[in-house]
Amino acid sequence: MDFLAGHQPDMLPGNRQLPPTQGVIEAPHGTTIVAVTFPGGVVLAGDRRATMGNVIAQRDIEKVFPADEYSAVGIAGTAGLAVEMVKLFQLELEHFEKVEGAQLSLEGKANRLSTMIRSNLGMAMQGLAVVPLFAGYDVDRDKGRIFSYDVTGGRSEEHNFAATGSGSIFARGAMKKLFRDDLTEEQAVTLVVQALYDAADDDSATGGPDVARRIYPIITVITEDGFRRLTAEEAAEISRSVLQRRLEEPDGPKAALL
Amino acid sequence: MSTPFYVSPQQAMADRAEYARKGIARGRSLVVMQYADGIVFVGENPSRALHKFSEIYDRIGFAAAGKYNEYENLRIGGVRYADLRGYTYDRDDVTARGLANVYAQTLGTIFSSAAEKPYEVELVVAEVGETPEGDQIYRLPHDGSIVDEHGSVAVGGNAEQISGFLDQRHRDGMSLAEALKLAVQALSRDTNGSEREIPAERLEVAVLDRTRPQKRKFKRIVGRQLARLLEAQGEGSASAGSEESDEAE
Repeated sequence: MDFLAGHQPDMLPGNRQLPPTQGVIEAPHGTTIVAVTFPGGVVLAGDRRATMGNVIAQRDIEKVFPADEYSAVGIAGTAGLAVEMVKLFQLELEHFEKVEGAQLSLEGKANRLSTMIRSNLGMAMQGLAVVPLFAGYDVDRDKGRIFSYDVTGGRSEEHNFAATGSGSIFARGAMKKLFRDDLTEEQAVTLVVQALYDAADDDSATGGPDVARRIYPIITVITEDGFRRLTAEEAAEISRSVLQRRLEEPDGPKAALL
Repeated sequence: MSTPFYVSPQQAMADRAEYARKGIARGRSLVVMQYADGIVFVGENPSRALHKFSEIYDRIGFAAAGKYNEYENLRIGGVRYADLRGYTYDRDDVTARGLANVYAQTLGTIFSSAAEKPYEVELVVAEVGETPEGDQIYRLPHDGSIVDEHGSVAVGGNAEQISGFLDQRHRDGMSLAEALKLAVQALSRDTNGSEREIPAERLEVAVLDRTRPQKRKFKRIVGRQLARLLEAQGEGSASAGSEESDEAE
């Protein structure tokens, strides 16, 4: 990125001149991203909807990307800017790895992303914010970790679970009730699907599993073995089983009162 | 004021070439060759941190003999070129041919510029294709020329002799273990024809493996995996090839 700044500064997202605008620019926005840790790794997932005002701009957008072998980014906010930011972030991690011959630490990656969000502040003030969720497996500490961000680039590490985007409040509520310390990978995956379902249930900008079009959430798992994205079939199977249960209990699993 | 001696351009170039060649010859040789599933890089390298081979991009690898600081400089330049290309256009638009051209330009300019000393390096840029026919190997000598190679190529001090040895024995469709064995055999021959043993710890081995599921095909082969491949010579070379792909990183 530093090289790019010296060499071709116009290619960097933060360096562009913004035309003066009135009000909010209409552009597709991505919505809910959730993440949850489990012993041995972390799961990061996102719904598939992009909205533009009250219109569904896209039904099958992909908002969760691998950043490198051991980390992934999920993005909420202006889709176009976010995708570009992720692309640059991926490039930077790969570039560092190749030039230095070693991977950045997970903290290092999280900090880098923070700087990139901060450079987008001008756009964010015009309503084009990008708010990602960063999850990765820390090979030095042998555990999955989650970092959340605000529009100003403020970075904070989340413990156990986190969500971002318009449906995040509902997803967080669901995860709070379902989370346990001893989740298996499969349980963690089911948990994020439940959380996304609850987000879609109460937030109009979040898409639920679309059985008719076979559009299911994107679910990624990062463990010691690296990044893995669940195949469409795997995601479909989990979503369907969650959906099946919801036909009987529309509000999902009930937690104990006391 | 003293008058500088007249040196003919031919003589000047010959001197510079001689200087570069001598510098390269001081280093150890390395071998790049095709095998059934990709391209393998083998070299003798006592250091584990200072690599002779490295990844440039998804399908492109880099090998260099000569002066470390000079080829490291070129390597980083190559990584920058490739990453910038891939970011600006698409990952598929980064090719070994393009990269080799950039290297050739750089080396050629440095070689013929009177103000600088010529780089004492010889490079190999290799790209693995979807099929063995799609593999590309380019050798870039110190003067900025490009040689399109097929099958196997050796650079470094003893390159001519090693190339001759490899040309006779290399064939298409070798397994990784077979190719590795041949490369080590070629590297362990001394100038005077005698052989010496190169222990596995002193070998640097990397592959561009087209069967890798990831986009980035470059992988170093170290430790146990390398030892197993070296042992696998002769018997069951096919199984060694398949085993190797399971054990990533």
